[in-house]
Amino acid sequence: MTTTDTRTETTAVAPSRGARFTGAAANYIDERTSISGLVKEVGRKIFPDHWSFMLGEVALYSFVVILLSGTFLTFFFHASMTPMEYQGSYLPLKGIEMSSAMSSTLDISFDIRGGLLMRQVHHWAALLFVASIGLHMLRVFFTGAYRKPREINWAIGFVLFILALAEGFTGYSLPDDLLSGNGLRIIDGLIKGLPIVGTWISYLLFGGEFPGTDIVSRLFTLHILLLPAILVAALGVHLLLLIINKHTQFAGPGKTNDNVVGSPIMPVFAAKAGGFFFIVFGVITLIAATVTINPIWTYGPYDPSPVSAGTQPDWYIGFADGALRLVPSGWEFMLGNFTVSMNIIAPVLVLGLFIVVVLIYPFIEAWITGDKREHHIADRPRNAPTRTAIGAAGVTFYAVLWAAASSDLIGTHFHVGIEDVIRTLQVLLILGPIIAFVVTKRICLGLMKKDREIALHGFESGRIVRLPGGEYIEVHEQLSEYERWKLTSFTEYTPLMIRPNAKGKISAAQRVRAGLSSWFFEDRISPVSGTDIERSHDSGH
Amino acid sequence: MAQHDDGVATPGGDPVPEAQNTAAGSAIQKAVPYEVSPGTAVVRTDNIPNPGFPPHRERQTDLDPKKDKRAERQVTSLFYLSIVGSVFAVAAYIAFPIIPGDMGSVRLNTLLLGLGITLGLLGIGIGAVHWAKQLMRGDELVESRHGTRGSDTTRARAVEIFTLGNQESGFGRRSLIRNSLIGALVLTPIPAVALFRDLAPAEDPVPLLQHTMWKKGTRLTRDPSGTPIKAEDVTIGSAFHVIPEGLNDEEDRLEEKAKAAVLLMRLKPEDLNVSAGKETWNYDGIVAYSKICTHVGCPVALYEQQTHHLLCPCHQSQFDMKHEAKVIFGPAKRPLPQLPITVDSEGYLVARSDFHEPVGPSFWEREL
Repeated sequence: MTTTDTRTETTAVAPSRGARFTGAAANYIDERTSISGLVKEVGRKIFPDHWSFMLGEVALYSFVVILLSGTFLTFFFHASMTPMEYQGSYLPLKGIEMSSAMSSTLDISFDIRGGLLMRQVHHWAALLFVASIGLHMLRVFFTGAYRKPREINWAIGFVLFILALAEGFTGYSLPDDLLSGNGLRIIDGLIKGLPIVGTWISYLLFGGEFPGTDIVSRLFTLHILLLPAILVAALGVHLLLLIINKHTQFAGPGKTNDNVVGSPIMPVFAAKAGGFFFIVFGVITLIAATVTINPIWTYGPYDPSPVSAGTQPDWYIGFADGALRLVPSGWEFMLGNFTVSMNIIAPVLVLGLFIVVVLIYPFIEAWITGDKREHHIADRPRNAPTRTAIGAAGVTFYAVLWAAASSDLIGTHFHVGIEDVIRTLQVLLILGPIIAFVVTKRICLGLMKKDREIALHGFESGRIVRLPGGEYIEVHEQLSEYERWKLTSFTEYTPLMIRPNAKGKISAAQRVRAGLSSWFFEDRISPVSGTDIERSHDSGH
Repeated sequence: MAQHDDGVATPGGDPVPEAQNTAAGSAIQKAVPYEVSPGTAVVRTDNIPNPGFPPHRERQTDLDPKKDKRAERQVTSLFYLSIVGSVFAVAAYIAFPIIPGDMGSVRLNTLLLGLGITLGLLGIGIGAVHWAKQLMRGDELVESRHGTRGSDTTRARAVEIFTLGNQESGFGRRSLIRNSLIGALVLTPIPAVALFRDLAPAEDPVPLLQHTMWKKGTRLTRDPSGTPIKAEDVTIGSAFHVIPEGLNDEEDRLEEKAKAAVLLMRLKPEDLNVSAGKETWNYDGIVAYSKICTHVGCPVALYEQQTHHLLCPCHQSQFDMKHEAKVIFGPAKRPLPQLPITVDSEGYLVARSDFHEPVGPSFWEREL
């Protein structure tokens, strides 16, 4: 390196003052940090480009916005449930007794310039954070980007998702307004319904009987210290593994499993990503400046007695609330002298099972396929019909739970009885995913067939030609080899053949695996091969 | 393969020269094969060959110097716009203060400050992306991937290091030391867990949950004013939100209210279906029920006069007041507990006793 530098200095005319300064500064830092090694390693790393790869970026940037706006809010917020009389400038609540937390939140909103803006930036950014993580997970799922070597990073990302939900809920509860207080009441009831430990967990969490005077300050510590610390650490590992594994890319001409095609970090990717951060921040600020969110002053302070019709949690908690609503009447029984609240336990178990399946799905699929190779080419969703269908079923399941959280609003908006809405959703919760699975799988297979057809015989050109014999045909035009490559490069899997092991036995695990494998890969369309192309040319097309 | 030609020309250790090998059949990777099972994947030999990179398409800004200049002007203007936005935000902060009590001033301050900051941010963001897309080098570059697994020599060295660590410490050999250490490590967090016991007061929560503020003779008063209610005030079809007398002066007002809140209503006596033993619990068709839902504890606040149904707005459990608040729909299982009431000598409604069962959400020890 040194020799190169000297050569540059001698051959170049005379470096400008700016260049001399940059050089000296870089030298100063490198002699103390050895940072040139890092720049050499990552400075020209290649990032592939696709719109869907920006979803994770949105999550990352909205998290930064959350940290910035949240820090501002902590300077003014009092995490205390000490009762006091509100004396701020919002007249309708003047003189009303409320907690210090609620009062200081009102002060942030009405007495501090830009306070309301920052509250709304914080809240909107939080909603966007969870939403973009969800979409990012869907992108990774439907493209199979969680396959080896990225299974662990999927699990870390899943942890980030759970942490984001926890951050959202703890933050939502801090202002101690009527709506968030009712949310906490539901959490209290939910915890109390858990067998054996429930009563005590609730008692310890709330520092006595609900609502107590401790919960806001405890949630505050979790919200601004413990959860963000874990989140930042997990995020660091998530991004580190992203760099180590390199990003996946979609199949395309010139792209292989052994290369990455895209823009280098310096300068194009850095400019695009850096600029995108400002765009995300700007859009959040624009929304926050123009659209009110969580107007706690219209709800008033928490009181265990009133509640308004149409109470709704923030959107990301909706699926859990919906699960509680969909339980049919009477799911509670006695076990000796003890009360077993299946109307609580069942939804908790169902949701727990659902998220555990999401967490371990990559490992299940890897076990079924037995494929130990690294996969760096993202699948087109259609080329993995069963996986895509499972994803669609999962999305449907989640969507029904989510809709159930608004069962009353659906009822009032569409003038149907709440009972009918609930009963319909109960049925849909079971049938919906099955229908979604079957339909999605068929659509995927149909699209694969169509792709295969186009790859083999080209596409209809719209030009009708009359042959000398009088026959009319439509001329098919062949795809360019670049376009054809996109349609034909994917991996095909076949169902597993059950074979006895060394002892001549067929284990139960082997049977399960073979069963799942045939469920996954029984229906399949093979990618077009060279032989297929030759044959199609021979047959006169 | 325009990329590769360009890539070679780029100075300074670009990954591109290496990439030439990979795209053309991955010579390096294939030279030292680490074969792993493809599982049930179909490995074919007659795949269509990868056609390689399509020819690079130049952008308008690459072809036309005028367009290049225009893009440069646009980027600069966007950055200037950002400066204008930031200055505007500070100006708005000063020029549009919040006037106490004036909601319009809060709205204006939020809006103008927010718009200024938005402009400041979007100017930079859109400008930078525009710069990257139109003016920075536009063709794609190639970098080769290497297996994630460490090389065989690295792995061998890692194994050796662990082996040495084991040998030199005797971790595997001195099993007594090792096992006692594991035992000690398992136990150390237990004091930390024990420390959390004092998150809540010393007494057992179960008796607390079994009792409320109501006792014999406590007057029923309006929520939130605390004024007592005469039986004659409760007309047929009306409903009152009720708290026990003296609740507002309690130290733990909210905790008591979360258990003692009651809904009071009058039905025609002949509409009430009273079960045996509860004949004296209502007063002339006036009934009082706990307002706290037996599902997860929301206040059951919506009373439908025509049907005498109570609806919980949180999870839509419905209770039939004609049948002692029996659940007729929704996830709740138990009826709302009834508060036995009568009138005192002055005609005010009073409780006959506390509730005869715990109110609110179910819990494990509820029936103990």
